[in-house]
Amino acid sequence: MAGVSTPHVLLGLLATGSKHGYELKRAHDERLPRARPLAFGQVYATLGRLHRDGLVATAGHDRDGGPERTAFALTGDGRAALDRWLSTIEPPMPYVTSTLFAKVVVALLVADVDRARSYLIEQRRAHTARLRELTAVKTDPSASLDDLLAADFAVAHLDADLRWLHTTLDRVADWHREVHS
Amino acid sequence: MTQLQARGVVKAYGRTPALRGVTLDVAEGEIVAVTGPSGCGKSTLLHCMAGILRPDAGEVTWRDQRIDLLSEGARSRLRRTEFGVLFQFGQLVAELTAAENVALPLLLAGTGRREARTAALNWLEWLGVADVADTRPGEMSGGQQQRCATARALVTEPRVLFADEPTGALDTLTGEQVLTTLVRLAREQRTSIVLVTHEPRIAAYADREVVLRDGKIDQTGLGLDVSLAGGQR
Repeated sequence: MAGVSTPHVLLGLLATGSKHGYELKRAHDERLPRARPLAFGQVYATLGRLHRDGLVATAGHDRDGGPERTAFALTGDGRAALDRWLSTIEPPMPYVTSTLFAKVVVALLVADVDRARSYLIEQRRAHTARLRELTAVKTDPSASLDDLLAADFAVAHLDADLRWLHTTLDRVADWHREVHS
Repeated sequence: MTQLQARGVVKAYGRTPALRGVTLDVAEGEIVAVTGPSGCGKSTLLHCMAGILRPDAGEVTWRDQRIDLLSEGARSRLRRTEFGVLFQFGQLVAELTAAENVALPLLLAGTGRREARTAALNWLEWLGVADVADTRPGEMSGGQQQRCATARALVTEPRVLFADEPTGALDTLTGEQVLTTLVRLAREQRTSIVLVTHEPRIAAYADREVVLRDGKIDQTGLGLDVSLAGGQR
């Protein structure tokens, strides 16, 4: 799966109103909980590129007891770029690329059946533990809808991985026989 | 503290073995998922532990009482008082309204009509289906029916809820709402839940997962015993 397009996410967050870099970072963390952390440096560097390309414009400066801060707003070109991104359908898994998948295949190639099975069982254990952590998030009465959406996404993918791990566990012996015959 | 125990439970249907000596402890307030492939014996285990089926051998103990030795009548009373049972399809009485269905276990246990209806309405409200209280099952959605069935299983405030694929007939979101409700109940009221499912996603709601395979607890490492952080064991 392609990486997340940080510029487009920031454009989307600016579509709800102009923001400083710090506010953007906070809005990102609030709306995309459990995402890979977004560094402040990355926010400012991305804003710089969006500004250079005319997709955002400065929308005033203020000094709230600290250094001067620049607010940014979406431009017409920025809105058009955002709309194009939102209307582009993501290719559904164009390549079967996943570290988990590759590792299991390699484990089956280089190890015996028992070792490959042990690896699959340990991986299943780790997946299950993570699945439980995220399910606990979903049953927490204080969970926000942002938390639920993020947990739903991760739970669905972990569930799919677990089903695949189960099926593969049942196929290990046949697969090993075929590869090593 | 262990409340419910199965010890070496054996059960066969004719010559077909379903359980080959299963031992399982369930603590107060604990949610235990029983998982495994189709035909592994997980529903049979639930039926034996709930006193619906009598094991051919082994023991089932509820608070130090051998329920496998009780008469059918005594086991039936236990299911009306201490235990609640919830199946994949709600099995509501078609001729009764939602409130009447939910009140039924209380009426059978001798509770007055008005008190039973009040309790039924409270549970329907807690499960978010108070608006269908006077509706018959045939006019409800699958999700509404299952929530009513859940209310009926909980109205006697059982100490153990036995749930056999309770969300199997529901869409994902409705199923999750029912499960979330059950988990909160277990946490708030220390109700134990024995949850039979074949789905990892559903088993993840439990504190502990036991995998059955060919009528036995799977010992190969697939049978996990992962306590949920913050879960009450």
